[in-house]
Amino acid sequence: MMKRVIEYLRSLLLLELLAGMGLTMRHFFRPRITINYPEEKTPKSPRFRGLHALRRYPNGEERCIACKLCEAVCPALAITIDSTENDDGSRRTTAYEIDLFKCIYCGLCEESCPVDSIVLTGVLEYHMESREEGILTKDKLLAIGDRYESEIAENRNKDAAYR
Amino acid sequence: MFEMIESVFNWIQSQYLIWTVLKIVVIVLPLITAVAFYTYFERKVIGSMQIRVGPNRVGPLGLIQPFADVFKLLLKEIVLPTNANRFLFVTAPVIALAPAFAAWAVVPFNDFLVLADVDAGLLYVLALTSLGVYGIIIAGWASNSKYAFLGAMRAAAQAVSYEIAMGFALVGVLILAGSMNLREIVLAQQGGIFDWYWLPLFPLFVIYMISGLAETNRAPFDMAEGESEIVAGFHVEYSGAAFAVFFLAEYANMILISGLTAIMFAGGWLSPFEGWPVIGDTFLGQGSIIWFLAKTVIFMFMFLWYRATWPRYRYDQIMRLGWKVLIPITLVWVMLSALMTVLGIVVKGS
Repeated sequence: MMKRVIEYLRSLLLLELLAGMGLTMRHFFRPRITINYPEEKTPKSPRFRGLHALRRYPNGEERCIACKLCEAVCPALAITIDSTENDDGSRRTTAYEIDLFKCIYCGLCEESCPVDSIVLTGVLEYHMESREEGILTKDKLLAIGDRYESEIAENRNKDAAYR
Repeated sequence: MFEMIESVFNWIQSQYLIWTVLKIVVIVLPLITAVAFYTYFERKVIGSMQIRVGPNRVGPLGLIQPFADVFKLLLKEIVLPTNANRFLFVTAPVIALAPAFAAWAVVPFNDFLVLADVDAGLLYVLALTSLGVYGIIIAGWASNSKYAFLGAMRAAAQAVSYEIAMGFALVGVLILAGSMNLREIVLAQQGGIFDWYWLPLFPLFVIYMISGLAETNRAPFDMAEGESEIVAGFHVEYSGAAFAVFFLAEYANMILISGLTAIMFAGGWLSPFEGWPVIGDTFLGQGSIIWFLAKTVIFMFMFLWYRATWPRYRYDQIMRLGWKVLIPITLVWVMLSALMTVLGIVVKGS
């Protein structure tokens, strides 16, 4: 009986509610953890799997040898390759297409590639304005590779020790 | 030139209607601006309490954000639900908003700055603050939607329960001050921070703030809205400008309750340092409109603080708190305050 009376009187002091208010007030003065995205960015791993790219050798020759390992390993069937044989007997792709809507960005294509041709770059800020743009053709992939080559090479160097 | 301005000024002052309308405009315009920036203030404060930054994209520090919100709402379509009562559907937001503004007529900003120095000011305020719930009930009924109707029923039950506790809390003030005139209530609290009524009437002060939360349908008493239970409660069907008016009403009501708390329990425009050595002699010791606004802002901040801290009450808990806890306590303390007056513990205007 006495216990219940004390409990009732204690509840009138609103102690729990005041403790909660103390907590929010403490947070009020803490430094914000928000990152103002376009101006500030979080650090990105060199293994980040973003937009795809096809790389070239330093002399400008395409790395891709049309072995079609990436096409075979792709779990989402997002890659389509057509190839021919060149005059010098080397195999080259005539078409290399990646459907970005099918792609799950697993990075298996990059891992399977024997010549480090198809890679996933760190680029994550891209958009499409129509469905056709979601399909990356060989030209587009090579263009992406040319544009971000220094970044791609740097990320691969950083990660080389762990491969 | 100067004489001309003066003569025009005198003429305006002699025209009672024009002069009053001017005074109303002078009160209402800052009030609407305050409401706009209160929404900004709320988002910033709650953001800070959740270690976020809050709006910071529109204008410097996001200060233009409230105007961006208003323009967005004004440009949106007002959807009229089928089978809704058109007339009531459109009038409901106005009914919700009007009392929140009208109540400011009797609020004294300082010793002489008051639109209407009415002797029954307290009654007028009580009547108008309870009128606001009609807007909510009518909105819920006129929408012809079950969620809106549920919200309206909740709002009605809540308002009826907490009206009583709120009224009794003010009866305590009434007994100590011996007047219903808000100006005289403030003047009765003269004598520095420890002579204000929050001290002798502390339980009533707390209960008034709690009922104020319930009256304005703010968290943790935002049952009428209850977005996690009944979508948005009474204003589910409202969009565009009509919704903006409801929004305005809610925030105007919060500012009003904050102002009233400052007047009833925190000495209105009086300075907390009144009669203190050294600081009491400077301008800080003088009562002024600045003190009234500062106290109002503090109570406005409390509203946001509560919202950032506490989760929503359950429906039956709200009812239990109102009827079984708050009303008995007010009843006891009203009697105690009567005793305090009779025994001369709290002397008017000491």
